[in-house]
Order: sequence, then structure tokens, then C-alpha cells
Amino acid sequence: MHQTLNATPQSPVVSLKNVHKSFGPLKVLDGVSFAVDRGEVLVLIGRSGSGKSTALRCIDRFEKIDSGEIVVCDHRVSDPKLDLRALRQDVGIVFQSYNLFPHLTIEENITLAPCSVKGVSKAQAKEQARQVLAQVGLEDKLHQYPEQLSGGQQQRAAIARSLAMQPKVMLFDEVTSALDPELTGEVLKVIEALAADGMTMVMVTHEMGFARGIANRVVFMHRGKVHETGPAAILTSPATPELAQFVGTGL
Amino acid sequence: MNLNLDFATILERWPAFLDGALLTLQLAFIATLLGTVIGVLGAIGRRSHHPVVSRICGIYVEAIRNTPLLVQIFLVYFGLASLGLKFSAFAVAAAALTINVGAYTTEIIRAGFDSIPRGQIEAAEGLALSRAQIYWHVVMWPAIEKVYPSLTSQFVLLMLASSVTSQISAEELTAVANYVQSDTYRAFETYILVALVYIVLSLVMRAGFWLLGLVIFPRRRRLGTPL
Ligand SMILES: Nc1ncnc2c1ncn2[C@@H]1O[C@H](COP(=O)(O)OP(=O)(O)OP(=O)(O)O)[C@@H](O)[C@H]1O
Ligand SMILES: [Mg+2]
Repeated sequence: MHQTLNATPQSPVVSLKNVHKSFGPLKVLDGVSFAVDRGEVLVLIGRSGSGKSTALRCIDRFEKIDSGEIVVCDHRVSDPKLDLRALRQDVGIVFQSYNLFPHLTIEENITLAPCSVKGVSKAQAKEQARQVLAQVGLEDKLHQYPEQLSGGQQQRAAIARSLAMQPKVMLFDEVTSALDPELTGEVLKVIEALAADGMTMVMVTHEMGFARGIANRVVFMHRGKVHETGPAAILTSPATPELAQFVGTGL
Repeated sequence: MNLNLDFATILERWPAFLDGALLTLQLAFIATLLGTVIGVLGAIGRRSHHPVVSRICGIYVEAIRNTPLLVQIFLVYFGLASLGLKFSAFAVAAAALTINVGAYTTEIIRAGFDSIPRGQIEAAEGLALSRAQIYWHVVMWPAIEKVYPSLTSQFVLLMLASSVTSQISAEELTAVANYVQSDTYRAFETYILVALVYIVLSLVMRAGFWLLGLVIFPRRRRLGTPL
């Protein structure tokens, strides 16, 4: 059967349907389903080990799923014939450890992928680097090396590096977990601005206050399952005892 | 005891020593250049998921590291001769030294590759870079920058070790010394002079590598710290 995927404005940017994933005997994702529409911010929360990072990594095919279906920006991620690099041009991912390339300046970190993957000219890429760095408030760090930046600045630079590829969706995995509260604030501000600009995002975070403010949809994962999902309001009035316990309101 | 040193007789032969020194440098230059290429390819090979490729590269490295250089030189020399191939002593020496240093650089560069954190590669994959682009931009350059000191020491050692190619009559510095001392009966003076020339060659190489490092590693030039 031949099936084409229609890129209608209504189709979700990211959708997971009944996704299963095990590491050896350990079942990490046990029938996970959720979808993210254009311009939406989905926040994944849950205890350590509940499978949040794994779910996020499956979206960008850093992990292969055992069964189920993942579609991202009309790429069928679960298809073995997936054009991986095309998928990753549409998806930006930022990790907890910023992973800037230490031997390259911030500008070179940012221009590397646009120049070598998209064939953008050096001059154009540099102009774009200036723009994305302005977006994260780091215009003056263009010619610095990563180690010359604070953790928060490095993380913002990593976000800028992803933005330079003009992704259709951004994935964030606990991007502030390595930062102290002050630096966390500056990174979260950048993410808020992105959300306000209409960027579609899926993020894992432990910052509950931040999640409440930014999430259009919250997915609470528990033992590899979507245990509870809904608008940000579920964080203040959870329906399940597990989520209630997690957000610390008690029942 | 009467130590009677006569350097004047030896120094008269300076053009021969100069030729020898230049040939030694040429051997070192060729082996450094080709050895680096072999080292990069060998390191990629050793990390290959292809068991045959990684095994072949492993055997090469172990075979070279567990046999004497002089024996390797003879193997190349007599091996080519028994195949009926005729090469100059210089070509045989250059080939043997390259094969030898290639094994050591393979190990050094592989250690550099292994030191690149997995997260760096994932970040690059997330940016849609191809495997070759990741190897080139994210793995190879920082890896070489990290192991540059051990790599360059290895090349200086190789230059010194090239003296054993005098055994197959490559006309390098030590070979020159051997016939000068048999001509002049001034063996001690000759080898004192030759030792000094080797020290100078080492210093020249180290200075060259230091300058090269500044050119090819802009971060080191700017920050002055190791990666
Ligand atoms: N590559 C892997 N190989 C084996 N087990 C893994 C692998 N990656 C994750 N796991 C296991 O899968 C489970 C879920 O991991 P995951 O990283 O998705 O959790 P998480 O919800 O992100 O937790 P945290 O909040 O601590 O980041 C954990 O028990 C983890 O040990
Ligand atoms: Mg995680």
C-alpha cells in the first residue's frame, strides 16, 4: 500500500503513536503517544528514569524504536528508509551539556552546519550567526571560544547554533540542569522568547514554574507511559496521585 | 691520560655532513608527512565497525611495534630485492621509516579520536552533518590538536632513529659519519660532531612543529592553552 503524508497546516509537527522502546530487558517507552502542533510548546515531565530523554531522542532518531510510529515534519522517523539528515535539518536539538565544539569560535560553531550541510555562503552564514547570537543576547561573543563563556552563555550559544539551521521544531533536554539559578534564568528567557516567536518546541525540564508558564501541553511520564497529559493547568490541579506527588502538591 | 682531540680534520668535511644532515631531514619530512596520512587512515580503520578492517589495522600496528626498526628496514630492503624491484637506498629508507612511524601515529591519533566525547558527535549529528564532515570537523582536528605534542615527539624520535638506515647505505648523517671516521681515524670527534648536529636537527624540528601548531590550531594561538 502506498501512502503519502499530506503536509496540511493541521497535521502535527511531531507525533508519536504507541511507541515502544526497550534497552535490553528494560522497557523504557511502553506505548507512548502524543502530538505537537505547529507553534505549540510541549513539556515532558516525570521522575528520573521515566523515559523522557529517550522519548525526546527517538524524535530525532538518536534511538530507534521497537514498534509504533513517529512522524516529524512529514518525515516518517520509524521508517528504516528515513532520510536521517533531512530529518535533522528540520529538527534542532539542544542537550544538557552544551556540546559546543571547543576548537571553534562561537561564530565557527554556528556557521559550520549551515555552510557544510546547506551550502550557505560563508558571508551569508556569518550574517546569520550575528542574527541568531543577537537573538540569544550574545552578539559580543562572536569571536570567543566556548571555554571563554559561562555555562549559561555556552548554552545560549548552543541554542543559537541550532537556530542557525532554521529548524521547524526544537527539542530541549534539561538544558538548564547544569546551571545555577541565575544562569538558568537567562537561558529560560531565551526559550520564552522563542516560544513567543511561535517556535514549535518539545522540552524536558524540571523547572516546574517555567513549565507552567510556557507549556501549551504537559505530558507527565511515569514508568514509560504517558500517565497524565493536558494543558499547563494539570500542574496546579493534577488528576492522578502520581502527578500530584511529583509536583509536590500532595492530595 | 692524554686526550688529543682534532676537530679541524673533521670540520674540513663539512659539505659531506651538511649533505647527510639534509638527507636525514628529508627522510624525516617524508616519513612525517606520509606517516600522518597513514596514522589518520589507520586510526579510522582501527575504529571501523568492519571487523576485517579494524583487525588488519590492529595487526599492522602490533607487528610494527613489536619488531626492531632495523629488521623492518631489512625486510623492506630484501623484500623488494627478492621481488626483483630495484629502488635507491633513500627510497627504501623512506618507505621503511614511513611504515614504522605510521604504526605509532595510528595509535596516537586513535587515542585522540577516542578522547572526543560522544556528546560532541551527537551534537554534530543533530546538526545534520554527514559522517565524513563529522570526522573532519568535529573529530579529527580537535583530536590532532590534543595529541599534537605526542605526535610531534614521535616524529622527532623517528628522525633520530633514521640513523639506522645507514645500515642499508642511505647517505644520511650517520652514514656520512661512518665513512668520515674510517677515512680520518678520528672516530670520537666525528661522533661528537654528529651528536651535535642531531641535537640541532631536533631543535629545528621542534621549532618547526611549534610554528606549524600556531598556524593550524587557531585556538591554541589565541588562548595559548592545550585543548
Ligand atoms: N543507551 C541506553 N542503554 C541502556 N539503558 C538506557 C539507555 N538510555 C537510557 N537507558 C535507561 O532507560 C531509562 C530511561 O532513561 P531516560 O534517560 O529516558 O530517563 P529520563 O526520564 O530522561 O531520566 P532523567 O530525568 O534522569 O534524565 C533509565 O533507566 C536509563 O537507565
Ligand atoms: Mg533525561
